[in-house]
Amino acid sequence: MLDRPQSQALRAFWTSEREAMTVGGNPEQDRARRFRDAALPHLDEVFTLARYLLRNPADAEDAVQECYLRALRHFDSYRGPAMKPWLFAILRNVCKVEFAQRNRPDAAAGGGETETAAETPPLWQEDPASPEAALIRVDENGFIRRLIEALPQPFRETIVLREVNDLSYQQIAEVTGVPVGTVMSRLARARSMLQSAWQAAEGTTP
Amino acid sequence: MNCADCEVLLHALIDGELDAGHARDVEAHVATCAGCAGKLNALRAMRDALAAADLKYAVPSQLRRRIEAALPLLSSPATSVTHRFWQPSRRAFFGGFAAGATLSAALAVGAMLAVFRNDQEVAIADQVVSAHIRSLQAGHLMDVEASDQHTVKPWFEGKVDVAPPVIDLTAQGFTLLGGRLDYIDAEPVAAVVYRRRKHAINLFVARRLGAEHANMTASSLQGYNIRHWSSGGLDYWAVSDLDPLELNEFVKKISAALRPFGQS
Repeated sequence: MLDRPQSQALRAFWTSEREAMTVGGNPEQDRARRFRDAALPHLDEVFTLARYLLRNPADAEDAVQECYLRALRHFDSYRGPAMKPWLFAILRNVCKVEFAQRNRPDAAAGGGETETAAETPPLWQEDPASPEAALIRVDENGFIRRLIEALPQPFRETIVLREVNDLSYQQIAEVTGVPVGTVMSRLARARSMLQSAWQAAEGTTP
Repeated sequence: MNCADCEVLLHALIDGELDAGHARDVEAHVATCAGCAGKLNALRAMRDALAAADLKYAVPSQLRRRIEAALPLLSSPATSVTHRFWQPSRRAFFGGFAAGATLSAALAVGAMLAVFRNDQEVAIADQVVSAHIRSLQAGHLMDVEASDQHTVKPWFEGKVDVAPPVIDLTAQGFTLLGGRLDYIDAEPVAAVVYRRRKHAINLFVARRLGAEHANMTASSLQGYNIRHWSSGGLDYWAVSDLDPLELNEFVKKISAALRPFGQS
Protein backbone atom coordinates (compact mmCIF):
# COMPACT_ATOMS: atom_id res chain seq x y z
CA MET A 1 0.00 0.00 0.00
CA LEU A 2 2.82 2.40 0.83
CA ASP A 3 4.91 2.93 -2.25
CA ARG A 4 8.64 3.48 -2.16
CA PRO A 5 8.67 7.30 -1.98
CA GLN A 6 6.44 7.07 1.04
CA SER A 7 8.78 4.65 2.74
CA GLN A 8 11.63 7.02 2.08
CA ALA A 9 9.62 9.88 3.47
CA LEU A 10 8.98 7.74 6.53
CA ARG A 11 12.68 7.07 6.99
CA ALA A 12 13.49 10.76 6.53
CA PHE A 13 10.90 11.59 9.13
CA TRP A 14 12.34 9.21 11.72
CA THR A 15 15.84 10.49 11.02
CA SER A 16 14.86 14.12 11.43
CA GLU A 17 13.00 13.16 14.57
CA ARG A 18 16.16 11.56 15.92
CA GLU A 19 18.27 14.59 15.09
CA ALA A 20 15.77 16.89 16.73
CA MET A 21 16.14 14.69 19.75
CA THR A 22 19.88 15.11 20.13
CA VAL A 23 19.49 18.85 19.83
CA GLY A 24 16.23 19.28 21.71
CA GLY A 25 17.11 17.11 24.67
CA ASN A 26 14.80 15.73 27.29
CA PRO A 27 11.28 16.80 26.42
CA GLU A 28 11.58 15.10 23.05
CA GLN A 29 13.16 12.03 24.61
CA ASP A 30 10.43 11.95 27.17
CA ARG A 31 7.79 12.30 24.50
CA ALA A 32 9.28 9.41 22.54
CA ARG A 33 9.53 7.28 25.64
CA ARG A 34 5.95 7.96 26.55
CA PHE A 35 4.85 7.20 23.00
CA ARG A 36 6.72 3.91 23.03
CA ASP A 37 5.30 2.85 26.40
CA ALA A 38 1.80 3.90 25.44
CA ALA A 39 1.51 2.78 21.83
CA LEU A 40 3.75 -0.25 21.33
CA PRO A 41 1.87 -2.59 23.71
CA HIS A 42 -1.13 -2.27 21.36
CA LEU A 43 0.79 -3.25 18.23
CA ASP A 44 -0.72 -6.73 18.00
CA GLU A 45 -4.23 -5.38 18.53
CA VAL A 46 -3.81 -2.71 15.88
CA PHE A 47 -2.41 -5.26 13.45
CA THR A 48 -5.30 -7.61 14.21
CA LEU A 49 -7.84 -4.93 13.41
CA ALA A 50 -5.96 -4.07 10.22
CA ARG A 51 -6.03 -7.72 9.15
CA TYR A 52 -9.78 -7.94 9.61
CA LEU A 53 -10.45 -4.58 7.96
CA LEU A 54 -8.21 -5.16 4.94
CA ARG A 55 -8.18 -8.97 4.74
CA ASN A 56 -4.69 -8.89 3.32
CA PRO A 57 -1.47 -9.32 5.35
CA ALA A 58 0.72 -7.03 3.23
CA ASP A 59 -1.82 -4.19 3.15
CA ALA A 60 -2.33 -4.61 6.89
CA GLU A 61 1.41 -4.24 7.55
CA ASP A 62 1.61 -1.06 5.52
CA ALA A 63 -1.46 0.38 7.20
CA VAL A 64 -0.10 -0.36 10.69
CA GLN A 65 3.23 1.27 9.88
CA GLU A 66 1.48 4.36 8.54
CA CYS A 67 -0.82 4.35 11.57
CA TYR A 68 2.11 4.43 14.01
CA LEU A 69 3.83 7.13 12.00
CA ARG A 70 0.74 9.33 12.21
CA ALA A 71 0.19 8.47 15.86
CA LEU A 72 3.69 9.63 16.79
CA ARG A 73 3.23 12.79 14.75
CA HIS A 74 -0.03 13.59 16.54
CA PHE A 75 0.95 12.26 19.94
CA ASP A 76 1.05 15.78 21.38
CA SER A 77 -2.63 16.19 20.66
CA TYR A 78 -3.47 12.90 22.38
CA ARG A 79 -5.34 13.63 25.60
CA GLY A 80 -6.48 10.16 26.53
CA PRO A 81 -8.10 8.48 28.19
CA ALA A 82 -7.69 5.30 26.16
CA MET A 83 -4.77 4.77 23.80
CA LYS A 84 -6.14 1.70 22.03
CA PRO A 85 -9.30 3.33 20.60
CA TRP A 86 -7.25 6.35 19.61
CA LEU A 87 -4.87 4.16 17.59
CA PHE A 88 -7.83 2.30 16.08
CA ALA A 89 -9.40 5.55 14.92
CA ILE A 90 -6.12 6.53 13.24
CA LEU A 91 -5.79 3.11 11.64
CA ARG A 92 -9.32 3.37 10.34
CA ASN A 93 -8.55 6.70 8.70
CA VAL A 94 -5.40 5.28 7.13
CA CYS A 95 -7.39 2.44 5.61
CA LYS A 96 -10.11 4.76 4.41
CA VAL A 97 -7.82 7.26 2.69
CA GLU A 98 -5.59 4.65 1.08
CA PHE A 99 -8.45 2.73 -0.35
CA ALA A 100 -10.43 5.72 -1.45
CA GLN A 101 -7.38 6.64 -3.55
CA ARG A 102 -7.31 3.20 -5.05
CA ASN A 103 -11.00 3.39 -5.76
CA ARG A 104 -11.63 0.10 -4.06
CA PRO A 105 -14.57 0.96 -1.88
CA ASP A 106 -15.00 -2.56 -0.59
CA ALA A 107 -11.79 -2.58 1.37
CA ALA A 108 -12.19 0.93 2.73
CA ALA A 109 -13.35 1.22 6.29
CA GLY A 110 -16.52 2.95 5.17
CA GLY A 111 -17.14 0.57 2.29
CA GLY A 112 -20.59 -0.51 1.35
CA GLU A 113 -22.14 -3.73 2.46
CA THR A 114 -23.55 -4.83 -0.86
CA GLU A 115 -20.35 -4.61 -2.89
CA THR A 116 -18.44 -6.59 -0.32
CA ALA A 117 -21.08 -9.24 -0.12
CA ALA A 118 -21.08 -9.54 -3.90
CA GLU A 119 -17.30 -9.78 -4.19
CA THR A 120 -16.72 -12.26 -1.44
CA PRO A 121 -18.63 -15.46 -1.83
CA PRO A 122 -19.94 -16.38 1.61
CA LEU A 123 -18.06 -19.24 3.15
CA TRP A 124 -21.13 -21.30 3.77
CA GLN A 125 -21.83 -21.53 0.05
CA GLU A 126 -18.56 -23.27 -0.68
CA ASP A 127 -18.64 -26.85 -1.76
CA PRO A 128 -18.57 -28.74 1.53
CA ALA A 129 -16.66 -31.59 -0.10
CA SER A 130 -13.83 -29.33 -1.27
CA PRO A 131 -10.42 -30.00 0.28
CA GLU A 132 -10.40 -26.39 1.40
CA ALA A 133 -13.49 -26.86 3.51
CA ALA A 134 -11.96 -29.92 5.11
CA LEU A 135 -8.82 -27.99 5.87
CA ILE A 136 -10.80 -25.18 7.47
CA ARG A 137 -12.35 -27.54 9.96
CA VAL A 138 -8.94 -28.80 11.05
CA ASP A 139 -8.08 -25.40 12.43
CA GLU A 140 -10.91 -24.04 14.56
CA ASN A 141 -9.32 -20.62 14.94
CA GLY A 142 -8.85 -20.31 11.21
CA PHE A 143 -12.42 -21.44 10.69
CA ILE A 144 -13.83 -18.71 12.91
CA ARG A 145 -11.50 -16.09 11.47
CA ARG A 146 -12.74 -16.88 7.99
CA LEU A 147 -16.36 -16.72 9.10
CA ILE A 148 -15.72 -13.24 10.50
CA GLU A 149 -13.79 -12.14 7.43
CA ALA A 150 -16.72 -13.14 5.25
CA LEU A 151 -19.00 -10.63 7.01
CA PRO A 152 -19.76 -7.39 5.15
CA GLN A 153 -17.68 -4.41 6.25
CA PRO A 154 -19.56 -2.35 8.88
CA PHE A 155 -20.69 -5.54 10.64
CA ARG A 156 -17.27 -7.16 10.45
CA GLU A 157 -15.62 -4.09 11.91
CA THR A 158 -18.13 -3.81 14.75
CA ILE A 159 -17.95 -7.44 15.82
CA VAL A 160 -14.13 -7.46 15.64
CA LEU A 161 -13.91 -4.33 17.78
CA ARG A 162 -16.26 -5.92 20.31
CA GLU A 163 -15.24 -9.59 20.38
CA VAL A 164 -11.59 -9.52 19.37
CA ASN A 165 -10.38 -6.08 20.45
CA ASP A 166 -12.66 -5.99 23.49
CA LEU A 167 -13.92 -2.42 23.21
CA SER A 168 -17.03 -1.15 24.98
CA TYR A 169 -20.05 0.07 22.99
CA GLN A 170 -19.08 3.65 23.77
CA GLN A 171 -15.52 3.13 22.53
CA ILE A 172 -16.73 1.44 19.34
CA ALA A 173 -19.07 4.38 18.76
CA GLU A 174 -16.12 6.77 19.13
CA VAL A 175 -13.81 4.80 16.87
CA THR A 176 -16.35 4.32 14.10
CA GLY A 177 -18.02 7.71 14.49
CA VAL A 178 -21.58 6.45 14.82
CA PRO A 179 -24.10 6.61 17.69
CA VAL A 180 -24.15 3.82 20.28
CA GLY A 181 -27.57 2.76 18.98
CA THR A 182 -26.03 2.07 15.57
CA VAL A 183 -23.24 0.08 17.21
CA MET A 184 -25.86 -2.06 18.96
CA SER A 185 -27.89 -2.73 15.84
CA ARG A 186 -24.76 -3.51 13.79
CA LEU A 187 -23.54 -5.88 16.47
CA ALA A 188 -26.91 -7.65 16.64
CA ARG A 189 -26.92 -7.97 12.86
CA ALA A 190 -23.30 -9.16 12.79
CA ARG A 191 -23.98 -11.84 15.38
CA SER A 192 -27.06 -13.09 13.61
CA MET A 193 -25.16 -13.30 10.30
CA LEU A 194 -22.25 -15.03 12.00
CA GLN A 195 -24.63 -17.42 13.71
CA SER A 196 -26.32 -18.51 10.49
CA ALA A 197 -23.00 -18.79 8.66
CA TRP A 198 -21.65 -20.86 11.52
CA GLN A 199 -24.65 -23.16 11.64
CA ALA A 200 -24.57 -23.59 7.87
CA ALA A 201 -20.86 -24.43 7.95
CA GLU A 202 -21.32 -26.83 10.87
CA GLY A 203 -24.18 -28.46 8.99
CA THR A 204 -22.02 -29.17 5.97
CA THR A 205 -19.42 -31.10 7.93
CA PRO A 206 -19.89 -34.83 7.74
CA MET B 1 -41.10 -6.22 28.37
CA ASN B 2 -41.91 -7.67 24.98
CA CYS B 3 -39.72 -9.98 22.91
CA ALA B 4 -38.74 -7.29 20.39
CA ASP B 5 -37.36 -5.04 23.13
CA CYS B 6 -35.73 -7.96 24.81
CA GLU B 7 -33.93 -9.17 21.71
CA VAL B 8 -31.97 -5.93 21.36
CA LEU B 9 -31.09 -5.92 25.04
CA LEU B 10 -29.88 -9.53 25.04
CA HIS B 11 -26.72 -8.38 23.26
CA ALA B 12 -26.14 -5.59 25.75
CA LEU B 13 -26.70 -8.11 28.54
CA ILE B 14 -24.05 -10.58 27.37
CA ASP B 15 -21.67 -7.68 26.68
CA GLY B 16 -22.06 -6.46 30.25
CA GLU B 17 -23.35 -3.10 29.03
CA LEU B 18 -26.66 -3.09 30.91
CA ASP B 19 -27.20 -1.38 34.23
CA ALA B 20 -28.49 -3.53 37.07
CA GLY B 21 -32.12 -2.47 36.63
CA HIS B 22 -32.32 -3.32 32.94
CA ALA B 23 -30.36 -6.51 33.43
CA ARG B 24 -32.96 -7.62 35.99
CA ASP B 25 -35.80 -6.77 33.58
CA VAL B 26 -34.22 -8.77 30.78
CA GLU B 27 -33.47 -11.72 33.04
CA ALA B 28 -37.05 -11.65 34.34
CA HIS B 29 -38.40 -11.73 30.80
CA VAL B 30 -36.03 -14.52 29.76
CA ALA B 31 -37.15 -16.59 32.75
CA THR B 32 -40.71 -16.59 31.42
CA CYS B 33 -40.08 -16.71 27.67
CA ALA B 34 -38.68 -19.86 26.10
CA GLY B 35 -38.00 -18.12 22.79
CA CYS B 36 -35.83 -15.41 24.27
CA ALA B 37 -34.15 -17.90 26.61
CA GLY B 38 -33.15 -19.96 23.57
CA LYS B 39 -31.77 -16.88 21.84
CA LEU B 40 -29.81 -15.91 24.92
CA ASN B 41 -28.31 -19.38 25.19
CA ALA B 42 -27.33 -19.39 21.53
CA LEU B 43 -25.73 -15.95 21.88
CA ARG B 44 -23.84 -17.03 24.98
CA ALA B 45 -22.62 -20.19 23.27
CA MET B 46 -21.29 -18.17 20.35
CA ARG B 47 -19.76 -15.60 22.67
CA ASP B 48 -17.97 -18.37 24.59
CA ALA B 49 -16.71 -19.99 21.41
CA LEU B 50 -15.33 -16.65 20.20
CA ALA B 51 -13.74 -15.97 23.56
CA ALA B 52 -12.13 -19.42 23.61
CA ALA B 53 -10.72 -19.12 20.10
CA ASP B 54 -7.54 -17.23 19.38
CA LEU B 55 -8.73 -14.66 16.88
CA LYS B 56 -5.88 -12.21 17.22
CA TYR B 57 -3.04 -11.89 14.78
CA ALA B 58 0.49 -11.38 16.04
CA VAL B 59 2.28 -8.57 14.30
CA PRO B 60 5.08 -9.95 12.08
CA SER B 61 8.39 -9.59 13.87
CA GLN B 62 10.03 -7.66 11.05
CA LEU B 63 7.25 -5.05 11.18
CA ARG B 64 7.61 -4.77 14.95
CA ARG B 65 11.37 -4.36 14.56
CA ARG B 66 10.87 -1.76 11.83
CA ILE B 67 8.58 0.32 14.02
CA GLU B 68 10.72 -0.11 17.14
CA ALA B 69 13.93 0.68 15.32
CA ALA B 70 12.39 3.77 13.82
CA LEU B 71 11.57 5.17 17.24
CA PRO B 72 14.21 7.54 18.56
CA LEU B 73 16.82 5.88 20.75
CA LEU B 74 15.85 6.24 24.33
CA SER B 75 18.25 4.48 26.61
CA SER B 76 21.44 6.52 26.39
CA PRO B 77 23.07 6.74 29.85
CA ALA B 78 23.00 10.52 29.93
CA THR B 79 19.25 10.46 29.61
CA SER B 80 18.57 7.99 32.36
CA VAL B 81 20.65 10.04 34.79
CA THR B 82 18.59 13.11 33.99
CA HIS B 83 15.38 11.15 34.33
CA ARG B 84 16.39 10.00 37.79
CA PHE B 85 16.97 13.54 38.83
CA TRP B 86 13.50 14.81 38.31
CA GLN B 87 11.44 11.69 38.82
CA PRO B 88 10.12 11.64 42.36
CA SER B 89 11.02 8.46 44.16
CA ARG B 90 8.44 6.06 45.41
CA ARG B 91 9.56 6.71 48.94
CA ALA B 92 9.09 10.43 48.46
CA PHE B 93 5.61 9.92 47.20
CA PHE B 94 4.51 7.27 49.63
CA GLY B 95 6.12 8.99 52.54
CA GLY B 96 4.66 12.43 52.29
CA PHE B 97 6.23 14.99 50.09
CA ALA B 98 9.79 15.26 51.30
CA ALA B 99 11.13 15.21 47.78
CA GLY B 100 8.77 17.95 46.75
CA ALA B 101 11.40 20.63 47.02
CA THR B 102 13.88 18.67 44.92
CA LEU B 103 11.15 18.00 42.43
CA SER B 104 10.14 21.64 42.23
CA ALA B 105 13.75 22.63 41.70
CA ALA B 106 14.06 20.12 38.92
CA LEU B 107 10.85 21.35 37.38
CA ALA B 108 11.99 24.95 37.57
CA VAL B 109 15.08 23.99 35.59
CA GLY B 110 13.11 22.34 32.83
CA ALA B 111 9.85 24.14 32.40
CA MET B 112 8.83 21.76 29.63
CA LEU B 113 8.97 18.83 32.01
CA ALA B 114 6.53 20.47 34.34
CA VAL B 115 3.82 19.91 31.78
CA PHE B 116 4.09 16.19 32.30
CA ARG B 117 5.20 15.92 35.88
CA ASN B 118 3.50 18.63 37.89
CA ASP B 119 1.62 16.14 39.98
CA GLN B 120 3.27 13.49 42.09
CA GLU B 121 0.28 11.22 41.93
CA VAL B 122 0.52 11.29 38.15
CA ALA B 123 4.25 10.70 38.33
CA ILE B 124 3.92 7.64 40.49
CA ALA B 125 0.94 6.46 38.45
CA ASP B 126 3.17 6.70 35.40
CA GLN B 127 5.70 4.38 37.03
CA VAL B 128 3.04 1.97 38.14
CA VAL B 129 1.61 1.82 34.62
CA SER B 130 5.10 1.33 33.18
CA ALA B 131 5.65 -1.57 35.58
CA HIS B 132 2.31 -3.03 34.49
CA ILE B 133 3.24 -2.70 30.81
CA ARG B 134 6.68 -4.22 31.41
CA SER B 135 5.09 -7.18 33.14
CA LEU B 136 2.95 -7.82 30.05
CA GLN B 137 5.62 -7.18 27.45
CA ALA B 138 8.40 -9.33 28.76
CA GLY B 139 6.13 -12.35 29.14
CA HIS B 140 7.14 -12.15 32.76
CA LEU B 141 3.88 -11.63 34.52
CA MET B 142 4.59 -13.96 37.42
CA ASP B 143 7.61 -15.09 39.41
CA VAL B 144 5.50 -17.53 41.36
CA GLU B 145 2.64 -19.05 39.49
CA ALA B 146 -0.09 -20.39 41.74
CA SER B 147 -3.77 -19.98 42.23
CA ASP B 148 -3.39 -20.86 45.89
CA GLN B 149 -3.00 -17.87 48.20
CA HIS B 150 -1.07 -19.99 50.71
CA THR B 151 1.62 -20.58 48.10
CA VAL B 152 1.79 -17.01 46.85
CA LYS B 153 1.89 -15.20 50.19
CA PRO B 154 4.89 -17.02 51.73
CA TRP B 155 6.81 -16.57 48.49
CA PHE B 156 7.10 -12.83 49.17
CA GLU B 157 8.81 -13.42 52.52
CA GLY B 158 12.27 -11.94 52.60
CA LYS B 159 11.88 -10.42 49.14
CA VAL B 160 9.95 -7.29 50.05
CA ASP B 161 9.64 -5.35 53.28
CA VAL B 162 5.90 -5.98 53.50
CA ALA B 163 3.71 -9.05 53.84
CA PRO B 164 1.16 -8.30 51.12
CA PRO B 165 -2.30 -9.71 51.65
CA VAL B 166 -2.96 -12.29 48.94
CA ILE B 167 -6.66 -12.82 48.48
CA ASP B 168 -8.15 -15.50 46.31
CA LEU B 169 -11.05 -14.00 44.38
CA THR B 170 -11.37 -16.81 41.86
CA ALA B 171 -14.88 -17.63 43.03
CA GLN B 172 -15.80 -14.00 42.48
CA GLY B 173 -14.58 -13.82 38.92
CA PHE B 174 -11.01 -12.60 39.44
CA THR B 175 -8.58 -15.48 39.03
CA LEU B 176 -5.46 -15.36 41.18
CA LEU B 177 -2.53 -16.09 38.87
CA GLY B 178 0.45 -15.59 41.16
CA GLY B 179 2.92 -13.05 42.42
CA ARG B 180 5.87 -11.11 41.19
CA LEU B 181 8.64 -9.01 42.64
CA ASP B 182 8.67 -5.66 40.88
CA TYR B 183 10.54 -2.43 41.22
CA ILE B 184 9.08 1.01 41.29
CA ASP B 185 11.82 3.60 41.23
CA ALA B 186 14.34 0.96 42.29
CA GLU B 187 12.33 0.06 45.39
CA PRO B 188 11.13 -3.54 45.57
CA VAL B 189 7.34 -3.85 45.70
CA ALA B 190 5.04 -6.85 45.75
CA ALA B 191 2.83 -7.41 42.71
CA VAL B 192 -0.08 -9.80 43.07
CA VAL B 193 -1.42 -10.80 39.67
CA TYR B 194 -5.05 -11.49 38.85
CA ARG B 195 -6.94 -12.16 35.68
CA ARG B 196 -10.44 -11.21 34.59
CA ARG B 197 -11.27 -12.85 31.26
CA LYS B 198 -8.23 -11.95 29.17
CA HIS B 199 -7.24 -8.89 31.19
CA ALA B 200 -4.33 -8.99 33.59
CA ILE B 201 -4.61 -6.99 36.79
CA ASN B 202 -1.50 -6.06 38.74
CA LEU B 203 -2.07 -5.24 42.39
CA PHE B 204 1.05 -3.48 43.65
CA VAL B 205 1.52 -3.42 47.40
CA ALA B 206 4.12 -1.26 49.14
CA ARG B 207 4.84 -0.04 52.62
CA ARG B 208 3.25 3.23 53.50
CA LEU B 209 5.36 5.79 55.33
CA GLY B 210 3.05 8.78 55.52
CA ALA B 211 -0.40 9.53 56.77
CA GLU B 212 -3.35 7.31 55.96
CA HIS B 213 -5.04 8.14 52.69
CA ALA B 214 -8.18 6.08 52.92
CA ASN B 215 -10.14 7.43 49.98
CA MET B 216 -9.56 5.59 46.76
CA THR B 217 -8.29 7.73 43.91
CA ALA B 218 -9.13 6.72 40.36
CA SER B 219 -7.12 7.74 37.35
CA SER B 220 -6.33 6.54 33.92
CA LEU B 221 -3.12 6.78 31.99
CA GLN B 222 -2.22 5.59 28.53
CA GLY B 223 -5.42 3.65 28.37
CA TYR B 224 -4.84 1.82 31.64
CA ASN B 225 -7.07 2.34 34.63
CA ILE B 226 -5.51 2.87 38.02
CA ARG B 227 -7.01 2.71 41.48
CA HIS B 228 -4.96 3.79 44.46
CA TRP B 229 -5.83 3.55 48.11
CA SER B 230 -4.16 2.72 51.38
CA SER B 231 -5.15 0.59 54.28
CA GLY B 232 -3.46 -0.94 57.29
CA GLY B 233 -0.15 0.81 56.68
CA LEU B 234 0.07 -0.42 53.11
CA ASP B 235 -0.33 1.37 49.81
CA TYR B 236 -2.27 -0.38 47.08
CA TRP B 237 -2.25 0.25 43.35
CA ALA B 238 -4.51 -1.76 41.07
CA VAL B 239 -3.68 -1.38 37.37
CA SER B 240 -5.37 -2.96 34.39
CA ASP B 241 -6.77 -2.32 30.95
CA LEU B 242 -10.00 -3.68 32.40
CA ASP B 243 -13.17 -1.63 32.16
CA PRO B 244 -13.27 1.01 34.97
CA LEU B 245 -16.43 -0.42 36.51
CA GLU B 246 -14.99 -3.90 36.68
CA LEU B 247 -11.79 -2.57 38.20
CA ASN B 248 -13.89 -0.81 40.85
CA GLU B 249 -15.59 -4.11 41.54
CA PHE B 250 -12.16 -5.71 41.96
CA VAL B 251 -11.05 -3.03 44.41
CA LYS B 252 -14.29 -3.34 46.35
CA LYS B 253 -13.80 -7.10 46.69
CA ILE B 254 -10.18 -6.75 47.75
CA SER B 255 -11.07 -4.08 50.33
CA ALA B 256 -13.94 -6.16 51.66
CA ALA B 257 -11.64 -9.14 52.06
CA LEU B 258 -9.01 -7.05 53.84
CA ARG B 259 -11.31 -6.07 56.68
CA PRO B 260 -11.51 -9.48 58.40
CA PHE B 261 -7.71 -9.43 58.61
CA GLY B 262 -7.94 -6.35 60.77
CA GLN B 263 -6.52 -4.21 58.01
CA SER B 264 -9.36 -1.76 57.79
